[in-house]
Amino acid sequence: MMKKSIFILLIITSYFNLFSQTSNMPNVQIKNLQNEIVNTKELFDGENLVILSFWATWCKPCIKELDAYNENITDWAEETGVKLYAISIDNARSMSRVAPFVNGRGWEDIEFYLDPNEDFKRAMNVINVPHTLLLDGNGKILWQHTSYTEGDEYELYEVIQEKSSK
Amino acid sequence: MKRNIVGKLLLLCLIVVISKGLFAQNSNGQLHGNFQVDAQVYRQDSAIGAEVPPEKMGFNSYANLTYTKGDFTAGIRYEGYMNALLGYDEAYNDIGIPYRFITYRNDDLEITVGNFYEQFGNGLILRAYEDKSLGYDNALDGVKIKFNPYQGIYLKGFTGKQRSYFEHGPGIVRGVDGEFFINDILSISTDIKSQFILGGSFVSKYQKDESPIYNLPENVGAYAGRISYIRGGFNFSGEYSYKIPDPSSDNGFITKFGDALLINTTYSKKGFGIYLSMKRVDNMSFRSDRNATLNNLQINYIPSITTNHTYSLAAMYPYATQPNGEIGFHGEITKNFSKGTKLGGKYGTNVALNFSRVNSLKSTPTIDGTGYESEYFAIGDDVYFQDINVKIHKKISTKWKTDISYLNIIYNKDVIQGISGYGIIYANVAIVDVTYKFKPRHSLRVELQGLFTEQDHGDWAMGLMEYTIAPKWFLNVSDQYNFGNSDEKLHYFNVAAGYKKGANRIQIGYGRQREGIVCIGGICRSVPASSGFNISITSSF
Repeated sequence: MMKKSIFILLIITSYFNLFSQTSNMPNVQIKNLQNEIVNTKELFDGENLVILSFWATWCKPCIKELDAYNENITDWAEETGVKLYAISIDNARSMSRVAPFVNGRGWEDIEFYLDPNEDFKRAMNVINVPHTLLLDGNGKILWQHTSYTEGDEYELYEVIQEKSSK
Repeated sequence: MKRNIVGKLLLLCLIVVISKGLFAQNSNGQLHGNFQVDAQVYRQDSAIGAEVPPEKMGFNSYANLTYTKGDFTAGIRYEGYMNALLGYDEAYNDIGIPYRFITYRNDDLEITVGNFYEQFGNGLILRAYEDKSLGYDNALDGVKIKFNPYQGIYLKGFTGKQRSYFEHGPGIVRGVDGEFFINDILSISTDIKSQFILGGSFVSKYQKDESPIYNLPENVGAYAGRISYIRGGFNFSGEYSYKIPDPSSDNGFITKFGDALLINTTYSKKGFGIYLSMKRVDNMSFRSDRNATLNNLQINYIPSITTNHTYSLAAMYPYATQPNGEIGFHGEITKNFSKGTKLGGKYGTNVALNFSRVNSLKSTPTIDGTGYESEYFAIGDDVYFQDINVKIHKKISTKWKTDISYLNIIYNKDVIQGISGYGIIYANVAIVDVTYKFKPRHSLRVELQGLFTEQDHGDWAMGLMEYTIAPKWFLNVSDQYNFGNSDEKLHYFNVAAGYKKGANRIQIGYGRQREGIVCIGGICRSVPASSGFNISITSSF
């Protein structure tokens, strides 16, 4: 057990390099609202800037955050070409509720995915929801933010503007 | 022997990773991770029955490191409990690296050695997952393979031992799962709007029979089959699982089979959603150690189909799945009245109506060791839980937003908490949550909550005020007042403040925590009353 851990540590340290140039995006399987399997790498195909927002139907601040994103995303996308994916971590208890919930909520401008056993959440090292990440087309993390308070979306917008003009 | 194979596989992977690295100098990997500390300094508070443990302080810490390079991912997690916070099992009081893995993945194949999480279908016969706030982690340690041999066919298989705190459980768990997307397999044109998905799984556990009294099965198998049909906004999905007789301390060592059925139907279109769910569970506790109790060494996950409330008083009486037997229903209608309509007003109004109810099974005792027989679609006489609730969300102006909720709850305390003498609790809960935006980044949120019941501890009121300055600061003050308690009318005052920058967050707080139950997804953990100073730090990088 200890031996194995040391091996793994060895691997990690021998490759320790934070300056990434090519895609090292975690590639795990999530589902879309039609229950189809999607590899997370595919979310980045042909995109320059991607927002990943981890949320759940039982999380109040998440709902407020998605309300705010839904109001703004069309404008942001037009201006900067950013793409928004909302990743629900609802488990088997509530994952089938996600589609009627987002439709019932009127969130038409957001693309939704399901991550019921939190594989993608774990791969992105997200601790709690809501958690939002901004990534480039290679899956490199440019910015991230945890929790949501009223007005946080202005900061995200500023970062998107800054990164898209580069 | 098995240990040997795992060791060899790890070595093989190591060699592959290293050689891969040598020949691919141009592709540098990425190291990411996170860090979390939750600590509390306890204070004696005899009014609420809060005790100070001998070590005076609880301290849970976690750090994850994930390294990704091309097709490889490797990761470890450090966990240290010095000592574990009150409410977490004392078996956690240790420090170590209980989680480490290497995964290789290309388009069609994924191999993991070491620790992994996994779920088959809805989890009725297999779900390995973690939830820090519940102190829950039944990660498997072994080998997992995922394979996509043909378009629309997804296969998975694994063998492993389950995590039990810093050890492994005594049993071995093995399983296979297949998911088949019929439209993709038959290359049906995407113009066809109907889609069929079929799935099947098998999980078996092995545990040596060391009982001097019983002749126990050493291998216990469980099967599950599932189907989904999707057409436009309509979605039907069902899963049935069956487990051969599995005498355990959960079921009192009876030799009855177990089964569970879960059906979900939803329909939604722009601005409207409807959800209906039905569940029947009978003797479906499935653990890799037949003597395990509490949340230990569970192989499967039976989702609770009731609403997961998060407002403090609404969450006072949460439902926990009864794997030994229950039958329940859940329905929800969500409607968005768009802007400009009579009910929608200037900014739109959102309304959700929700109903759920869970009862016992209708069963009759038997005398042949199987314990009992149950009628399939008959509903038993005992009510375990019921929740009728309405939620309204309304943006009144650019400055004002409001959420109003009302809940009517029936809670069978004896059954849900596994105790006796408390009976059934009938409660009404009303909540008003208002946010006012002073400036684009400054806002004040006020919550007023009331819980009204003649049973248990009687009526409660709660007030909360939260001032936030986006994106960095928040200050939160709240009080829960048990004004309906005939013994002692207690206040539970709390103050918390926090700072966050990017993915770093620090929160400090001081106050009283009432005795209660923390539930996530129908799995619950009881927390004792506590009082004192707490700090929580999280960081992702």
